[in-house]
Amino acid sequence: MSDIAPRPPAGRPAATPHVVSHEPWDPYVADKLTADQEKYYMAGQWKLMWWRFRRHRPAVVSAAFLALMYFSILISEWIAPYDLHTRHVRYIFAPPQGIHLFHDGQFIGPYVYGLSTHRDEDTLQRVYKANHAERQKLRFFCSGESYKFWGLIEGSFHLVCPPEGGTFFLLGTDRLGRDMLSRIVYAARISLTIGIIGITLSFTLALILGGLAGYYGGWVDLVVQRITEILKSFPHLPLWLALSAALPVTWSPLLVYFGITLILALLDWPSLGRAVRSKLLALREEDYAVAAQMMGAKPARIIGRHLLPGFMSHLIASATLSIPSMILAETALSFLGLGLRPPITSWGVLLNEATDINVVAVNWWLMLPVVPVILVILAYQFMGDGMRDAADPYA
Amino acid sequence: MLHYVARRLLLMIPTLFVISLLVYMIINMPPGDCVTSQIDELLARGDADALARAGELRAIYGLDHSVWYRYFHWLGGIFRWDFGLSCQDTVPVKDLIGERLALTIIMESCTILFIWTVSFVIGVYAATHQYKFGDYAASFIGFLGLAIPNFLLALVLLYVGKVYFGVSIGGLMDPEFIEQPLSWAKFVSVAQHLVIPTIVIGTSGTAGMIRRLRANLLDELQKQYVVTGRAKGLSPMKLLVKYPLRHAINPFVADIGHLLPEVVSGSVIVSVVLSLPTMGPMLLTALKTQDVNLAATFLLFVAVLTVIGMLISDLLLAALDPRIRFGAAGEK
Repeated sequence: MSDIAPRPPAGRPAATPHVVSHEPWDPYVADKLTADQEKYYMAGQWKLMWWRFRRHRPAVVSAAFLALMYFSILISEWIAPYDLHTRHVRYIFAPPQGIHLFHDGQFIGPYVYGLSTHRDEDTLQRVYKANHAERQKLRFFCSGESYKFWGLIEGSFHLVCPPEGGTFFLLGTDRLGRDMLSRIVYAARISLTIGIIGITLSFTLALILGGLAGYYGGWVDLVVQRITEILKSFPHLPLWLALSAALPVTWSPLLVYFGITLILALLDWPSLGRAVRSKLLALREEDYAVAAQMMGAKPARIIGRHLLPGFMSHLIASATLSIPSMILAETALSFLGLGLRPPITSWGVLLNEATDINVVAVNWWLMLPVVPVILVILAYQFMGDGMRDAADPYA
Repeated sequence: MLHYVARRLLLMIPTLFVISLLVYMIINMPPGDCVTSQIDELLARGDADALARAGELRAIYGLDHSVWYRYFHWLGGIFRWDFGLSCQDTVPVKDLIGERLALTIIMESCTILFIWTVSFVIGVYAATHQYKFGDYAASFIGFLGLAIPNFLLALVLLYVGKVYFGVSIGGLMDPEFIEQPLSWAKFVSVAQHLVIPTIVIGTSGTAGMIRRLRANLLDELQKQYVVTGRAKGLSPMKLLVKYPLRHAINPFVADIGHLLPEVVSGSVIVSVVLSLPTMGPMLLTALKTQDVNLAATFLLFVAVLTVIGMLISDLLLAALDPRIRFGAAGEK
């Protein structure tokens, strides 16, 4: 706080000779604020929060990172070198191809070595070897595999394309020869939105149910309290499993996606709801709430207009902190095969391929989708921490 | 105190009743039942009289009755220690779950002990060395533990355990001890196999615990009485252990309520990955095949365990913290 708050005016200088000034004296001169001070005192609540948030370095970096990730899901088609479902039958379980810049000390620009395959006579495994004679330059801002942008517009523009006649598997391929990098890029769409949609649902539930309980008290409060207690005391994963097993097999993958988000939200709202309730219980006794009541405002208006804004920032901060657990839950459910189903692809669905120990030993690159999961969760965690600290600008 | 315990025990009954009802109905929600898939399989094999057997099977499992009838039948059976038939091989559920439940409880207790020990040591260290390297390292590891999905950590550790320490893959004991009476060697083997699941399930819980202990202890260490104590020449060790630590340790007990559901959730998924003979894998298959009695019984046991765990945590808390003890006494 100290670097924003204005310095208190310096005390009276120690020993000065006794002087009586005959200048006319403006009594408001001491109260004049400098431009900086004025800005600080006039700043609104959200502006103060933003200033505080800005000082939390890791939180700002995380927020920028998340913004970048969310921006990337808008243009997944451009970023991914291949389509989500393209199979390369000749390259099954191909290891990651590194990008090289120099050959024999000579700069050629980004290129990959061509892959040559042969079968190991003993293990009958396919073995890939980088063919150093074959140097294939990558193409940038190019026309490659065609796609439908957001399923609507035809296009073939990519930021980076595989070399003509060559392949570009930066992160290897899976058991059907699909490029891992492209799949991870596309899967971000599902994994990142599921947290947002889920938290929106759970936030709404928490506001409505917690609001009712906190404002009315009495038996409504009792019922909501019991429900939250039951939901909180029961381990989530088994219940999630039971609920997602209950989604009909006949549903389309898109419906399943929404079903899963709803399930995640159904079990997530209690802790937020409790926060809403306890705050409202305290705030409804405040004079301004009573005054609004006397003037005949309806409960919905009092809650929504007068009470909620008082602690909205806290709620948003704690909601942000519970997004990671949602993303992890979706990942876990999909990993167990009870979450999203192909062709809808999330990071969890990709990790479903990495269920056995052979993957760790032989095809380690199938575990790579975990990297974005970890990064996104850490980023949310740091950003949430920063937001929570910033949420109380007068502290 | 006795009054309080009795009241809590009575409150458990409606809670468990609601949970059991909820769970039973959820499992029954999808169309079809466990017989459907069995019959499909028989038909696919070309078994002509499969359809005729369907009716027979349904009668055995009571599927010709309504859901409510089945629910109350199952619920009534519980009081006679009879959990109905499992759909898989027409075996009583009772025979399937006994050992798995015991192993689950062992594993979860170990995990909680692990979480306590690790977060106690690290939390106290981080609080007393605030803003030093150790503090940052601890919180970084804590964050990482939160962010890495359990199942993947389990896989990697399993691989490391196999390659570098020679622990056999999967299960909770070496194959030769299965079905053997308890012996020292078996005990050692089980202990060896418990290491990986305990670490994996524990990591996420540990992170939160460390942060809470650190924050609490930091708050406490800044209080006046600590300064006074230091001014009066109390030894640093005593100044830490005697009062601030006792104060800050509250969440350890109070948080069993949060910790227990988390540990149970973690143990389910980790057991599936490591194919441990605990209830996780069986619960998963039971849910997938709509083996209602088996799944519901498992889930009910989970609920009972959690609720009892929370009761114990509340009682311990009352014993530990006089404010809570007298607060509860004042309430009634």
